[in-house]
Order: sequence, then structure tokens, then C-alpha cells
Amino acid sequence: MSSKNLILRRIREALGESPEQPEIPRDYRRGEAPVDLDLLVERLIDYKAVVHRTSDISDTIKRIVGDGAVVVPPSLPDSWLRNVRFIRDDGLSQDQIAAADGVVTAAAVAVVETGTIVLDAGEDQGRRILSLLPDLHICVLRPDQVVASVPEAIARLTPGRPLTWISGPSATSDIELNRVEGVHGPRNLHIVLVEETA
Amino acid sequence: MSTHAPKGVGHLRGDEPFPAAAKVALANPQLRRNLQHATTTIRGKSGRVIAELPDWQELRSAGSALKAYTMANLPRLLEQLEERVTAAGGVVHWAADATEANRIVTDLVRQTGEQRVIKVKSMATQEIGLNEALEDAGITPVETDLAELIVQLGHDKPSHILVPAIHRNRSEIREIFLREMPGVDPELTDNPPDLAGAARRYLRETFLSTKVAVSGANFGIAETGTLAVVESEGNGRMCLTLPDTLITVMGIEKVVPAWQDLEVFLQLLPRASTGERMNPYTSMWTGVTPGDGPQSFHLVLLDNGRTAVLADEVGRQALHCIRCSACLNVCPVYERTGGHAYGSVYPGPIGAVLSPQLTGVEDNASLPYASSLCGACFDACPVKIDIPSILVHLRNQAPHPRSEKAAMAAAAYTMDRPKLYERAQRAAKLSKLLGKRGRGLPPPLNGWAASRDLPEPPAESFRDWWRGR
Repeated sequence: MSSKNLILRRIREALGESPEQPEIPRDYRRGEAPVDLDLLVERLIDYKAVVHRTSDISDTIKRIVGDGAVVVPPSLPDSWLRNVRFIRDDGLSQDQIAAADGVVTAAAVAVVETGTIVLDAGEDQGRRILSLLPDLHICVLRPDQVVASVPEAIARLTPGRPLTWISGPSATSDIELNRVEGVHGPRNLHIVLVEETA
Repeated sequence: MSTHAPKGVGHLRGDEPFPAAAKVALANPQLRRNLQHATTTIRGKSGRVIAELPDWQELRSAGSALKAYTMANLPRLLEQLEERVTAAGGVVHWAADATEANRIVTDLVRQTGEQRVIKVKSMATQEIGLNEALEDAGITPVETDLAELIVQLGHDKPSHILVPAIHRNRSEIREIFLREMPGVDPELTDNPPDLAGAARRYLRETFLSTKVAVSGANFGIAETGTLAVVESEGNGRMCLTLPDTLITVMGIEKVVPAWQDLEVFLQLLPRASTGERMNPYTSMWTGVTPGDGPQSFHLVLLDNGRTAVLADEVGRQALHCIRCSACLNVCPVYERTGGHAYGSVYPGPIGAVLSPQLTGVEDNASLPYASSLCGACFDACPVKIDIPSILVHLRNQAPHPRSEKAAMAAAAYTMDRPKLYERAQRAAKLSKLLGKRGRGLPPPLNGWAASRDLPEPPAESFRDWWRGR
């Protein structure tokens, strides 16, 4: 008998003829709630992200990276990168990505309640390695990408894509159970929250 | 054939019973200070972020019901998970026990021709002793989680589910790094950011040059074939993104029915575990994505005693555990003895109910007693596992000494007969001869008194007082 059949048989024997089917009570908060951008900023800062609220994306990115060179995903808008030195990812090597001074990506979704941004490897976010190896990650976020809660984020995302949920820069709780920033992922996380221009 | 986890492989059985191991731990005041500091810190953090959610109890109820539903439908959900992972370009393997899982992983690594693997912290691979199996095959496993690294460099054993090096404080960690970490800066301080920075420099080159990674999984979604790893440092992202081959070992109870169900667990786990609104990084992947991440993905589904746990109607809820470790952090016994005393990779209250059921209760007979039954673990559990009830249930199954049965029978006989009872009460006064608090009791009764105080008998019994009124 294969191990698969053995395990499935053991499970069926353990459960008996007709195991009870429990109802799942979903009485927790679900559905759309108003988005509080100020709270999002507060939560991001609480976990040591740097937040820029601006209507001038390229100027803000230029101020963060200075003369440094950043890697960017295939279809990040050129208009975000005026006066910024950048290398577009057309199959860059691991070493080229690691040597960059930073990375600029867009995002798929952000969650107010937890201060989280989610990347889904879309064309303006790139493959996962891009936002992993450089020590500085600049993420540009539009207000319409922001939702209030985790259930709303789950509803917006596509599970087949590689997803990375990011809440603050790389950190650890392994030394005396306190949060300490700066282990293997980017140690500097900047969120550029785009203000809607009237 | 027994469905329990086999002997001689993995880390579910200790070398000595809990009371003996606890005695050693209790004699170490530094250990107790470290544990008290860490568990007090985490209880405060966790309590604050849980209080932010108005629907915490509703989320707990949903999580609990989702787990019960999963267990009731386990065969269908596992086959669905296999089908979806396979459709997305992954390969699924089934391992009946630790020995088979170790062989599958070792063979997969051998097929790549690589001599080294990077590892994401995983309870399942610790449980089956995968590192030892790989080393026996000439393959070097490198633990990349900071706490696991501290344990590995310190030639030590993990003592907590979430923070395996919780028994070490910052100055002890500094000493381990200075002694064991090649190329470490001799001026390294014990400032936590400096210690984290040392780990970053030490592991960077290893991440970039290793072709095979081994991980566990927090969740495996049957509906979509998506796997999820919840972490903090980014070592998980490195292992899940950079290598050519990824091998994930997942207990069969970790399957989650639907994508939507993550909305419950992703709210429960970080707040109960590290006391954060959300952990820094969560990675989710479905099979293989061309041009992004490992191009070869293997999922190993592990039984190793889980089906034996499932067969016990009271005990099976131990399989609902999402490995947050909240029960450890609130347990008065764990806080004093630490994790090593439990002998298994699963310490604390959840370990005291999970380990004996995975191995068969006769192999971990003392663990159901490693509790005062205070119930704090039940209150803290984000999926509402009734740990105290399982502990009592397992105590009834554990082998009892014959002398205990004889003593209880004698007590029942005496209490049924008033004259005999009166004489026994008078005789109890003689117990002063047994020394203070019963420390002079003869064997086998001295075993009972080793961790309990015999109450002083009153000067006068109720019956004597009534008669003399």
C-alpha cells in the first residue's frame, strides 16, 4: 500500500463513519469599512517604516535615494523616476540586484488595521527577489489600494500569484522577545503614499 | 501496526521524566530570570494588540470551528491540496512517519547533487530530526532563523516553539557568537540590533550561494494549493525565493479549507504569537511561478502520529494548534522550568498534550502531569483548544503505579466505615512523626510529597470537638 493510501485509511478509521460537520460562525468583522489613511500612517510608523505623503512621486524618490542607483520592476512608470538613477529588471543577476542601493516598487494592496503592504509580483512590483536583496525598499502606494482590514485584503488578492505581505522593515523577536529591526530583509522601508491632487 | 510516531528517530521523547528534568532546570536561577523577563514582555505586548480588536472572541470561535471542520474533512482536503499543488507545477509526497519523511527529503536533496541546504525554522522538521538525517547523508543543514542559529551555534536544544533560544539572554547570545561564528567582529556588543546585524552578515553569502532550501508551512490552502510561511526576519523570504529547489515539510493537520479562511488565521496568529498586529513578512506561493522563485517545488505531507491523535475524540483538538506558543507564555509551570524539561520539541501546555498523543502516552507518561490545571492556556489559545480537559483525559490513560490503586481502595474502605475512619483520624496525629510537611514519609508515599506539602493535622477532630461540647 502506498503511504498516501495508508495515511488516508488511517484518517478515515480515526474519524469513523460520518464525522460531525461543524458550522463555521463568521461573526467577526467583514465587508467594507471606511479607510482611515491617518491610521495607516500611524501603524506604518509604529513598526518603523518611514512614510512620505506627497503628490510628487519622483521628487520624493529622488530625495530618498539621492545619487544612489535603484533597481525597478519592468513596468514601473518612468514618470516616477525623473532624475533618479535606475536599472530596470530585464532578467538582472542576483549580484546586480544585491549591489543596488535600493528598489522601487508599486504595491497591490495595503491594510490600515495592521500597517501592512502586500506585493503580488505584478509588472509594477516585479519578481520577489527585487524587493528582497537591496537594503532599501521604496514602495509607492495609491489611496485606492488601501483597505481597512485583513478580510478585505484577502478578498482583493489573487492566491495563484506569489504574495509577500510586508509589515515594517525586517525584524526579529528572538532576543528576549522584543522586536528589533534589521535582520535579513531590507532594513529601510519607505512608503510613498500618493496624495490625491484636486 | 502502531500509528504512533516511531521510536529512535526525531525529538518527541525526552531522556528522563519531566519531574527529574524540571528539578535540574529549577536549580538554574539565570534560566528562570531569562524566561520570566521574556514571557512577561510577550504577555504585555500580546495583550495590548489583542485588546485593539473588538471581535477577538468571534475570530477565536471561527478559528476553532474551521479547525474542527478541517479535521472532519481531512481526507478530501488533503487530496484537493495535492491536486492543486500538482496542477501548479509542484510535486506532492506522503510520509507515514519521521523515517519516511527524512528519506524523502534526503533523496530529493541528493538528486540535486548539492551538499548544503538552507532551512527556515520549522517545527515539523525538528520533530522528525531532519537535520541529523541530512548530516548522516553528508548534507549540511544551515538554520537561518536567528533563534535557531543561536541554538545551532550553541550546540543547544530549542526550548520554545516560537523563540527556540528564549532561555538565552543577550549577553549569553553575544558569547555564543564570539565563540562560534566564523569571521565575527571581536568588538561585538550585546546590543540586540548589533547581534541581529552580526547574523545578517554571517548568513548573507550562504543565502546567495545555496541551491536548495527546506521549509515548514503555517498553512496549506486546499482550495488553491497555496502554501504560506509566516516569519519576521526575511530569512524565510530568502529561502523561499533564492534557491532553485524548495522542499516544504507540512503536518497533515496544517491544511486549511479555503483561501478566504486565511482572513481568520492571519488575524489570530501574529497577535497571539509575537504580539504584533502583523508579523514583518508573510510569503505565499502556489506551486512554481516561471521566472520567479524556485523552479522545482516539493511538498511532503507528514503523518508521524497525527492520525493516532485524530483517533482520540477528546485529544484530537490538540491538532488544531497553529503553533503560536501563547500557551507557553502564560503557563506558570513553563515559566519556571523552561522548555528543555519537557523533553520534546513541543514544550509547554500544548506539548504536554501533543507529545504523549503523538508517541503513545506510555512514552511520555509524566507530561500530562506537568501542569497545575490552572486553565490560563485555554484562555490564551487563539483557537480555543481546551488543554486542561485533554490533560485530565490523558492522566486517566497514563499508567498508574499499583500502590496508588491500593491506597485509594484502602481510603475508600476506611471512609465507608465510621469507626475505622475515627481511628484513622486519631492516627493522623501521629503523622508528626513523619517530619515537617510530610518530608519523612516512607516510600512509595515520599514520591507524592516530593512536590507537595502534607497538611498539618488539626489538634482536635470535629468528632472529638462534638463529643466534648
